[in-house]
Amino acid sequence: MSQLGSRIGVQIYLVIFFAYLLGPLVIMSVTAFNSSSFPSAMPWECLTFDWFRSLLQDSRIMNGIRNSILIGAGTVVLSVLMGLSGALVLMRIWPRLRATYYTIVIAPILIPGVVLGISTLVFWDRINRLLGLGPGSVLSNGLFLTILGQSTFIASYCMLVMVARLQRYDETLSEAALDLGATPAQVFRKILLPFMRPAIVTAAVLAFLASFENYNTTTFIFGEYPTLTIELSQKVRYGVTPAVSALAFIIVALTIFIALANEAIRRRRELVAAVRSGASVTVAAGGRVTLPRIFSGNISAVLVVAMAMGTIVMIGTASVYRPDQCIADLRQEKQLAAQKRAEELRRQRDAKTGGTGENVGIDPVTSPAAPPRSQGGGFETVFDPGVLQELGN
Amino acid sequence: MNAWVGVELENLSIRFGDFVAVRDANVNIRGGDFFSFLGPSGCGKTTILRAVSGFLAPSSGNILIGGKNMKGVGPNKRPTALIFQNLALFPLMKVWENITFSMEIRGARAAERRKRADELLEMVALTGQGDKLPAELSGGQKQRVAIARALCAEPHVLLLDEPLSALDLKLRQHMRTELREIQKQVGITFIYITHDQGEALTMSDSIAVMRAGVIDQIGNGRAIYNDPATPFAASFVGENNVFRGKVVQIIGHEALIRTNRSGEIRARISTANLGKLQQGDSAMVFIRPEALDMAGADLEGDHYVSARVTNEEFEGDVFNIFMEGDGGKEIKVSLPNRGQSFESHKGRTVTLRYDVKNAVAMPAGILATE
Ligand SMILES: Nc1ncnc2c1ncn2[C@@H]1O[C@H](COP(=O)(O)OP(=O)(O)O)[C@@H](O)[C@H]1O
Ligand SMILES: [Mg+2]
Repeated sequence: MSQLGSRIGVQIYLVIFFAYLLGPLVIMSVTAFNSSSFPSAMPWECLTFDWFRSLLQDSRIMNGIRNSILIGAGTVVLSVLMGLSGALVLMRIWPRLRATYYTIVIAPILIPGVVLGISTLVFWDRINRLLGLGPGSVLSNGLFLTILGQSTFIASYCMLVMVARLQRYDETLSEAALDLGATPAQVFRKILLPFMRPAIVTAAVLAFLASFENYNTTTFIFGEYPTLTIELSQKVRYGVTPAVSALAFIIVALTIFIALANEAIRRRRELVAAVRSGASVTVAAGGRVTLPRIFSGNISAVLVVAMAMGTIVMIGTASVYRPDQCIADLRQEKQLAAQKRAEELRRQRDAKTGGTGENVGIDPVTSPAAPPRSQGGGFETVFDPGVLQELGN
Repeated sequence: MNAWVGVELENLSIRFGDFVAVRDANVNIRGGDFFSFLGPSGCGKTTILRAVSGFLAPSSGNILIGGKNMKGVGPNKRPTALIFQNLALFPLMKVWENITFSMEIRGARAAERRKRADELLEMVALTGQGDKLPAELSGGQKQRVAIARALCAEPHVLLLDEPLSALDLKLRQHMRTELREIQKQVGITFIYITHDQGEALTMSDSIAVMRAGVIDQIGNGRAIYNDPATPFAASFVGENNVFRGKVVQIIGHEALIRTNRSGEIRARISTANLGKLQQGDSAMVFIRPEALDMAGADLEGDHYVSARVTNEEFEGDVFNIFMEGDGGKEIKVSLPNRGQSFESHKGRTVTLRYDVKNAVAMPAGILATE
């Protein structure tokens, strides 16, 4: 009994947990398709894809994305290189120095990003001056500074990933290769690097994501190259539009898609390995629909395909669907509703002045003036087309 | 194959800090021999092998391969190939890529490598397994791949670090024969490390018995088994009964020793210790279980010891009798089973006979602990 109770408790907890985790993303994604001009999901107005269009037409956002990708790529290269060499040094350094070295190399993760940004700016400015270069030199270039500044701490993340993999490296593999005649450079290229490949890929993805989403370091050093996060934050200052939701939706969808695709590929590889090693893969058959080989026991692959098809359907719909009619209808509806309300109010006022004006000794001129004044804003603006536009959009 | 390449260790010492892993080793390994280092685990065997392959620099002394001093020559420049204790197959390469790694290093074309891999796979009885990954092979198959990979490098000296220790008994015995055959076929020097005396005795042309960094004895299997140089060698290689006592008299190459429990024993002084035993010295006499027999007819050259039987067991091919010995260690007698009836002697004192040439005397020393 209590076991059942605790199981239900766990399930409720899980529902709340996932709602907390994914709720904001779901709601935000919904707002990207609502015609309401402020990102909102609840008073659902019209299905629209216009926010995606206005996103694509926003040159500052597009430029920000371009800069983010550029800086991300640079950061990936620099951080992965530094992370790999840092990890290699850590595994080979004199054991007594190892703890100290580790602390120093990990420190950038603990330092606030703001401090890293400012110190990058100050440091390279000094160097720039020391070398007597002008303000237009590479050393004060926003691209250069941002890549360097972000890499200071992203390289540490990369190093942690590399160290985790390196710790599982069997040093006798290097010795075996040496023994078979390989030079140390060949050992690195043919044995160690292939072994590190998964860690390098992981570190590269991590580095790109960390670079892409970075704000607090970048904000001091972006110079002429505002990244997406910088552009967004500047935009949000003047009010949010669902175009931002549309961007967020694209990012979330891409993330899920890539994660699923990755998982699907991994499963497939495992499957292939299992088949190669002779283990028989039991395929459930008999009355069931048999899926193509890659899909058997591979939910992720199914989901990836489903998502891809969903995207195609969405783009297809977007290209033919015109929400103009709906928006026009809605506007009319709202206009009607507003008119109705106005009439209602007028009738109420008329009833009040007509029924009570004589009985009560109130000045008939001033008494009706009081209620309209309190609601006055509403009355006057209802008929103002500019304001209606705002309400309806 | 070109002229056989031997290996010499000259006063080789290897220290790790204050710890001496190998002390003053002098070994001359003839080219083309199957040479074994035999000793308990931790005695410094791997250390010697790593020094020969170039992963460790000697603290003092020299290593000569084919007469050339290897000082300053890196592991990738030595004519040796090492088969690691854990094999160290490259996990991400297919079997054939593993085997021909040394050719890839030299820039050989894939087709050429493939061809050589197939030849070697055939030699180690793995035909058709070239496209598998090491993880997809069994222990014995991995072993063969490691051997093929080492041979592909065409070393003049193949070094093997307990390569069979991870295999089960059946496979181990099978691989012994196979290794020996491969060695004869390729005709290069094998230096083999093991703590298993059975392996060393069956495969080797020559054996060095090691104890705690020191080489106690070098010789062929028979010499080491029949004529041990030290109490350690006598007790580590094969089973042996030890009798402790004092030398009463030296008669030429023989000694009369008064043992603590088993009376006076007459024994042959081992070759390495001739002239080293004096009257009054502490000595040890070793007689193997199969060299002892129940006393019967009084034959020429026979000598006797008496002891009380504590236990008996039937092992199939032999009937074992255990008797009170000195120092807590019992005396074991193995009587070969030729279909005769064994009568029980439990609790009785029996007299055993042995041939003097099978009783080996030497100065007292450290025994192998088991
Ligand atoms: N790199 C090292 N540093 C310190 N001690 C070592 C090192 N390598 C081996 N030893 C020590 O040297 C001794 C011999 O080791 P080893 O040659 O591996 O023995 P084995 O005969 O079992 O192969 C052991 O006591 C071991 O602890
Ligand atoms: Mg060892």
